[in-house]
Amino acid sequence: MLATIIFYALAILTVGSSCIVVFSRNVVYSTFALLGAFMGVVGIYVLLAADFVAMVQLLVYVGGILVLTIFAVMLTQGIADVTISNRSVGLIPALVIAVVAGGVMAFAVERTHWHLAASVTPSPTTYGIGNAFLGDYVLPFEIASLVLLAALIGAIVISRHEARE
Amino acid sequence: MVSLSWLMALSAAIFVIGVGGFLTRRNILVMFMSIELMLNAVNLAFVSLGSRLGTMDGQVIVFFVMTVAAAEAAVGLAIIISIFRSRETVHADDLTLLKW
Repeated sequence: MLATIIFYALAILTVGSSCIVVFSRNVVYSTFALLGAFMGVVGIYVLLAADFVAMVQLLVYVGGILVLTIFAVMLTQGIADVTISNRSVGLIPALVIAVVAGGVMAFAVERTHWHLAASVTPSPTTYGIGNAFLGDYVLPFEIASLVLLAALIGAIVISRHEARE
Repeated sequence: MVSLSWLMALSAAIFVIGVGGFLTRRNILVMFMSIELMLNAVNLAFVSLGSRLGTMDGQVIVFFVMTVAAAEAAVGLAIIISIFRSRETVHADDLTLLKW
């Protein structure tokens, strides 16, 4: 019962923040509403007993991506013209595509018969995740580290000033 | 115990909001944030299914999605700042250099 109430509160927080991100006319409001969306998802991960994923979400999304996004917003927008910088176009086609996508997903969720596990007792997930990373998923794990290295170098190369000659 | 249908519905709702934002907004930064929302919705679906089906794989795959999201954030924001530095705009409509 309590878990259900907490879920609804977190769902409202997440969906509301997402709506602000998308529909706000002010880019700065959008960026800070992204914090609410990420934190709501963190709360739902905790509710689902996915402790390690919740902490990584907090570190990577809130601590990394969100801070980076705030930096980008502050570096690219003049504070003065921030309200006019977010006009929207093509509302009708976007609405149609969104409704169709949502309908297909709702249909799929409604029609699929999931083989649910009987009842999962919450236990620390770190052991299982570590075993999976160094067992079944060792190759994707190593490739992911290469992807991150490439992205790191690429970001530095792209964003620095050209200092040749 | 929240039912799986509600979790998937929440995930679908966030994803649809992200799709709508990506298609309607013309500010690259807001489009980027919409992509992050969509990736978050997918992660949420993975974790919900992994939790309800009693398997660890859902949580493992979330880490690979997060890797892609982090790489995308680093490179994408670097490109956005680089574009803004040379062209003084973050409107997708104004960036027509690759159009012919």
